[in-house]
Amino acid sequence: MLTILFDGVAYGMLLFVLACGLVVTLGLMNFVNLAHGAFAMAGGYVTVVLMTRYGVPFLACLPIAFVATALIGAVLERTLYMRMYDRSHLDQVLFTIGLVFIAVAIVHFLMGSQTQVIRLPSYLLGRFEVFGVGIGVYRLFLIVVCGALALVLQWILASTRFGSQLRAAVDDARVARGLGIRVSRIFALTFAVGSGLAGLGGALGAEIVGLDPTFPLKFMLYFLVVVTVGGTSSMTGPLLAALLLGITDVMGKYLFPAFGAFIIYTVMIAVLMIRPSGLFARVGTR
Amino acid sequence: MTPAGFLLGKSRWTLPELIFWAVAIGAYFAFPRRHLLLNEIAVLGLFALSLDLILGYAGIVSLGHAAFFGAGAYTAGLFAKHVMGEPVTGLIVSAGVSAILGFAASFMVLRGTDLTRLMVTLGVALVLYELANHLDWITGGADGMLGVVMKPILGLFAFNFRGSTAYLYSLTVLFLAFLLARRVVHSPFGLSLRAVKENQLRASSVGIAPARRIVAIYTLAAAYAGTAGALLTQTTQFVSLEVLDFTRSADALLVLVIGGAGYLYGGLIGAIVFKLLKDALSIASPAYWLFWMGIFLVILVLVGRDRLMGWPRAAAERIAAYLPGRKR
Repeated sequence: MLTILFDGVAYGMLLFVLACGLVVTLGLMNFVNLAHGAFAMAGGYVTVVLMTRYGVPFLACLPIAFVATALIGAVLERTLYMRMYDRSHLDQVLFTIGLVFIAVAIVHFLMGSQTQVIRLPSYLLGRFEVFGVGIGVYRLFLIVVCGALALVLQWILASTRFGSQLRAAVDDARVARGLGIRVSRIFALTFAVGSGLAGLGGALGAEIVGLDPTFPLKFMLYFLVVVTVGGTSSMTGPLLAALLLGITDVMGKYLFPAFGAFIIYTVMIAVLMIRPSGLFARVGTR
Repeated sequence: MTPAGFLLGKSRWTLPELIFWAVAIGAYFAFPRRHLLLNEIAVLGLFALSLDLILGYAGIVSLGHAAFFGAGAYTAGLFAKHVMGEPVTGLIVSAGVSAILGFAASFMVLRGTDLTRLMVTLGVALVLYELANHLDWITGGADGMLGVVMKPILGLFAFNFRGSTAYLYSLTVLFLAFLLARRVVHSPFGLSLRAVKENQLRASSVGIAPARRIVAIYTLAAAYAGTAGALLTQTTQFVSLEVLDFTRSADALLVLVIGGAGYLYGGLIGAIVFKLLKDALSIASPAYWLFWMGIFLVILVLVGRDRLMGWPRAAAERIAAYLPGRKR
């Protein structure tokens, strides 16, 4: 039982890293980005290619996956996304669905439709027992890495100059611009980092959630759930939402395998019915 | 002009409309070997028309409209298999089931912002997809439902292999549904919907109850989508999980965007363009249709939907302006 809980926590942490870029674009900038999963997929595939074709060790792949996806994100932001910030939600939905379809087709063309496998290094394999709780080494690794990331993100957002500039830019772009904050550069940087984190999440998660060309479509809803249920007041809300989602999903799949993902969707709809603006929504602003 | 006169003027039949339907019937004789494709166009047209009712007239962005399409498709399949094979009865039952589902789901889109609606509509479709996938002793699961055999329509017209009966059947249903939709959107109710779409707060301050109107139109749209799904089942005599797939919802959005939302013909024109494009591109490279669709969507939004896709309506107005014998 506790083992399942532990797996759920690891899964939730992973979801948090995958989705935290979206917390900023969707949650703060109010841009409906359904293509977020495509960046995660890109990171996953970068890792797969580097490991299988060039024999790069797994740990070295992780930063590369981050940088590569961040670069893709930055280029796309400057060329395409930039123009979409002021558009209607319908336009944003259509645009990002288009991007997802392109990404799915390209990956399908380059890599084929089969599920990719990442061979983890031996020191991350296996599991040990602590007080009767089975703990997978890789899952522990996930929790540590993702937990550290969450702390760093929260620190950047809450206590650095960049963080306060970002929050100002999001709250009111015009006033922020008037104060000499370079809003568009901040958005670009944030978008790139968010995409990079998604890519990192994709690289970390490829072993657990499976990687195939339909990845962005399969996980689209999960990311959206983390953001909307978690709210945008801090990184804590999305983190809690991701943990909740991860634990519910893993438990649901272990305990009631016949229902599959059914439980998680129902829970999500129920939560959105009761609290349309999220469980941990900030009150007052806007 | 009185309000009633204004609405009557709007609902008068114009020549381009008559030409459109004449062409639809003419296609039956002009392309005797493409009846299956024509049938698919009619089904997709009805599905897009249904989405137009909520997107174009009520302003609800839905990512999960396939939920009602799929519900109708499975109902029609099960009804034909276990109750009776007569198509028209099955169609009515399917529309009813989808309407009930739509009625229940409509209360979920009342609350929250665009984003919440996106997720709720998507979520409902995913729940149904999972249900259909896991209840495989009823639905056949991932293998699809086999053994759907249709009797002749009203006991008179049997379906044939070439899809001729299927096309005429779907076209008739589409036309009847279209007539009803036309009546609805040109009624005072339809006008009040537009007010709700523009601004809910102001609409309610002039005495329109937005919630009730959204519930009503959402239910109607769900019934339409269910009818379209049932048509697909009955004319292909097969149901698979694909009817509930996310790409089906996205297809409908794309179709509507191609044709233009908010004037009823958008879905139909979009369905024609979409299916012909898909047919042509699939022959060239079947696997990468998704890629072209993505490129198309991105360019469409970048250039601007109105600029690129205002053409069907603009063309219709241009034709109407040149036609002789028009009063006023």
